[in-house]
Amino acid sequence: MRPGGAQAAALASSPSAAGETPADGRAGAPIVRLAGVGKRFANGVTALAGLDLTVRQGEFLSLLGPSGCGKSTALRIIAGLADPSSGTVEWSRDTGGGVPGAHDIGFVFQEPTLMPWATVFANVWLPLRLKGVSRHSARDDVMGALALVGLDRFADAYPRELSGGMKMRVSIARALVTRPRILLMDEPFAALDEITRQRLNDDLLAIKVRLGTTVVFVTHSVFESAYLSTRIVVMAARPGRLLETIDVTAPLPRGQDFRMSALYHEACEETSRALQAAIVTAGDSHL
Amino acid sequence: MAATAPHDAADEATAVHAAGGVSRTMRILVPVIMLALVVIAWWGIVIAYQIPRYILPSPADVAVAMVTDWPILGRSLLNTLWTTFAALALALTGGVALAILMAQSKWIELALYPYAVILQVTPIVAIAPLILIYAPSTEFALLLCAWIVAFFPVLSNTTAGLKSVDHNLLDLFQLYGASRWRTLWYLQIPAALPFFLAGLKIAGGLALIAAVVAEFAAGSAGAGSGLAFRLLESQYRLNIPRLFAALILLSLTGVVIFAMTSLVSHLLLRRWHESALPRDR
Ligand SMILES: Nc1ncnc2c1ncn2[C@@H]1O[C@H](COP(=O)(O)OP(=O)(O)OP(=O)(O)O)[C@@H](O)[C@H]1O
Ligand SMILES: [Mg+2]
Repeated sequence: MRPGGAQAAALASSPSAAGETPADGRAGAPIVRLAGVGKRFANGVTALAGLDLTVRQGEFLSLLGPSGCGKSTALRIIAGLADPSSGTVEWSRDTGGGVPGAHDIGFVFQEPTLMPWATVFANVWLPLRLKGVSRHSARDDVMGALALVGLDRFADAYPRELSGGMKMRVSIARALVTRPRILLMDEPFAALDEITRQRLNDDLLAIKVRLGTTVVFVTHSVFESAYLSTRIVVMAARPGRLLETIDVTAPLPRGQDFRMSALYHEACEETSRALQAAIVTAGDSHL
Repeated sequence: MAATAPHDAADEATAVHAAGGVSRTMRILVPVIMLALVVIAWWGIVIAYQIPRYILPSPADVAVAMVTDWPILGRSLLNTLWTTFAALALALTGGVALAILMAQSKWIELALYPYAVILQVTPIVAIAPLILIYAPSTEFALLLCAWIVAFFPVLSNTTAGLKSVDHNLLDLFQLYGASRWRTLWYLQIPAALPFFLAGLKIAGGLALIAAVVAEFAAGSAGAGSGLAFRLLESQYRLNIPRLFAALILLSLTGVVIFAMTSLVSHLLLRRWHESALPRDR
């Protein structure tokens, strides 16, 4: 294994190395800080080594990197679904110190991950139901979340009656229904066609701005990350670690104008170059 | 553990709906005409070859036996039905309860599953004599035999179903701090339902078969005797029309059980499960 993942992070050429508040003051105080986080699985695979990452209030953070560099693992560690083998995950005091409340976090998987036996309403109700909220009391919140993603007319439909994009919207509504402080998304739009994907990107940004949610977004797409993010973190593989951080200083939400802007193209270029570097660093044939 | 293949839920259920694309009237008409043809051919053969009724009775002889012997046959039918349905009910509760218990702890599963397998793989005819010796009454022995046979498909299918939950959904429940009880109730049980229902269909048929087999083994007479005993008795007395009548009653019972379990399965799954949905084109 490569020694000193933390050093690799320090070597990264970050335009705003200190990671202080980027443009527009959108990113605020740290919400969660990973310090020297390593993850070694039982089968001996080192998925992460010395990952340092701070997620700040209000930012839209993308994790980008070659397949197998530990993006999903990092996200699962933040969510508390996996424990780090080394290092610490520290939540800011106002989420209640060490461990965040179950409803401070929303999680969206690559697949919609809906319960096929339950209606759209019941699927979105689930997080509240698990908290003990009755169907009746949850009604406004659930319908509100469905309205956010434009599916309030489909509350009584079953998942099988929806298109792939609509299912993903339901999944997002479910993650938002608890009004989480931080929304974790693991390649949520990877399986969708380009048009649906762009529309969902715009809707996601609009929702994010409206609710002020902080988003950590895993993607494979340079363009998607440049379009969505206020900060892009490029990771390298074997072992997974932070390679470079790129700030994208255009205000959210963004639109077609932004796609045409020099800023966007610069961000794409820079991200693309960093990703190339990450792939070269990995340097082996695992890809 | 992995050696016992779970009965496939999807295969089971699609079989029922395989006849898609045929109109409703034809779906009823074709089997009815086919039945009529078989009965006519049967009758024709009996008359043409002048077969005596103690070898092959005509449909009319069987119908007469059914009516005149109804007081005997009807009581026996009730006894068989009682054994079958009581065993099925116990198999469902026992199988589901044990599956849920085993899903809670690997240790319980390790301790109990081998015995469930042993009970299943040992032929019931071979255990029946022992059970008859130890059981307090014949009725009880019959019930026990039928239960042993019907219990396993419910157990093994429900166990497979409880384990087949989408891991991402499990993660989601963990993320929201769901208790084990709520995870079971909102996630594992609904996910296991199609598997359980496939097990139910198999168990329904097996309960009847086991009730008959056990009664053959018991060979008992008296107030509690069921259709299987009437079969044996008719054979000894060369009362072949009655034998046929008893046989028809048994087949009908099996068909009704299958129809009932299929209906229950369809009603519970029709809103969401692939197996119960028509394929739109
Ligand atoms: N449960 C596990 N057990 C063992 N190894 C695992 C496990 N989960 C992930 N890994 C390994 O850890 C490494 C990182 O996996 P991870 O899923 O985090 O990568 P990723 O960056 O999300 O990849 P992708 O972009 O393909 O989704 C991989 O080499 C993977 O094989
Ligand atoms: Mg991944």
